[in-house]
Amino acid sequence: MNRVAVTGLGLVCALGNTVEQSWKRLVAGECRILPMRDPGSPPYKFRNGAEAWDFKPLDYFTEKDLVMLERFALLAVVAAREAVAQSGIRFEGDLRESSAVVTGSSVGGQFTEEEGYIRLYRENISRVPPLTIPRTMANAGASRISLEFGIHGPAYTIATACSSSNHALGQAFWLVRNGQVTAAVAGGSEAVFAEGLLRAWEAMRVVSPDVCRPFSVDRKGLSLGEGAGMLLLENWDHARARGASILGEVIGFGMSSDAHHITQPCVEGPANAMKWAIRDAGITPDRVDYINAHGTGTQANDVTETQAIRAVLGKRAESVLVSSTKSMHGHTLGAAGAIEAVACLLALKHGLVPPTANFTSPDPACDLNIVANAVQPAQMEVALSNTFAFGGLNATLVLKRAPEA
Amino acid sequence: MPEHVETDELADKVLRVIAHTQRIPPESVSLDSTFEALKIDSLDGINIVFELEKEFNIEIPDDGVQNLRSVRDTVEGVRKLVRAKDLAVPPGAA
Repeated sequence: MNRVAVTGLGLVCALGNTVEQSWKRLVAGECRILPMRDPGSPPYKFRNGAEAWDFKPLDYFTEKDLVMLERFALLAVVAAREAVAQSGIRFEGDLRESSAVVTGSSVGGQFTEEEGYIRLYRENISRVPPLTIPRTMANAGASRISLEFGIHGPAYTIATACSSSNHALGQAFWLVRNGQVTAAVAGGSEAVFAEGLLRAWEAMRVVSPDVCRPFSVDRKGLSLGEGAGMLLLENWDHARARGASILGEVIGFGMSSDAHHITQPCVEGPANAMKWAIRDAGITPDRVDYINAHGTGTQANDVTETQAIRAVLGKRAESVLVSSTKSMHGHTLGAAGAIEAVACLLALKHGLVPPTANFTSPDPACDLNIVANAVQPAQMEVALSNTFAFGGLNATLVLKRAPEA
Repeated sequence: MPEHVETDELADKVLRVIAHTQRIPPESVSLDSTFEALKIDSLDGINIVFELEKEFNIEIPDDGVQNLRSVRDTVEGVRKLVRAKDLAVPPGAA
């Protein structure tokens, strides 16, 4: 089995258009869940969202590109460009076919879909734009990334709601570890601020009227966010041989299904994902230093996640550092795992735990060592990144700090 | 066994909405039924509330939904909101 290095990171979200901008805000504990640009008419029951505030597509794409690609795909491509550029990898020669693209997205091109419906059902225009299918398909981002970089190996997209990009990263990790490919661009993206989708979330009654406060006693739900995270995963020896700078390592992946209820979380499923991820990494639970929690800020998730962490980590649960960065960049659904994996790798690299922002007072039912409101310096080796999806599908990654070069 | 159960038009409507939303026979729902006994979980709850909002033209707050445990809670909650709505209409305005 091959070791899997991370040699590039890319991020576009409410926190910024690059990894560097986003990291500054992550360590500052800056909540970017702010009043939405379009409050809805009539107004949505929630005022705030975590839009990719500074993202201007024309800074990165031509007008013609924008005809073919919609927002979730644009975000994916921009994050992929950053990760590939940082890694310095060139997909040439054999690497063209021995590289993969694996992305996650919960819903794909929702804006385009809704525009089509507006024409059909509101305006009674039966002709729908011919690019509706390629703009809408959930693999639009993966396909463009593959095209743009000339990656000819496996390329596909996984849709498992809020676990999509952890499933994508886990698959890509195994592809590299098993030697099926040498390198992979992997992560996910989501663009949620389309009216139909926002109305659907409103109807679910899980969105906080103000901001997301994971693990706080007065939490009122999640805050929606958009964005993309991408990682360049690479065969360790390959990265070393070409002199690449190694930013971190993926060492384990685990997944499970609750088989319990379509939306209500349970303890066993998330616990199993963490358990299998730790086993896959070949470590013991006491080695885990930090958990970037799924931590959505709903009443149900944060309690069951606490119990699941306790079930898997045992005594270690008393001291393991836990935070939910969703309190700053929102719940980016199909992009959540990727954005949070980037946050974990940076936390390990810099020895700084990004906090849970908006934290008010602890909930006795969430009695973990929550890093609240202010960044916490800590020497760490191993982090878990959790995602638990509606539908009961759970995926956990195990990430490790890179040895000093 | 509950004795003769007091019902009224509003309560009947709420019971019918619950039965319809759950796809269960109306006679299986009474004021004394708990959500647990009717196998109504949180997701069913928001579905019921969605239908009640439409039926009574009211808005049920999110935190109100989480506290619903029984048919009687639901009827009383709806009654309060309907009364509040009626009071908000100045006399003669309707």
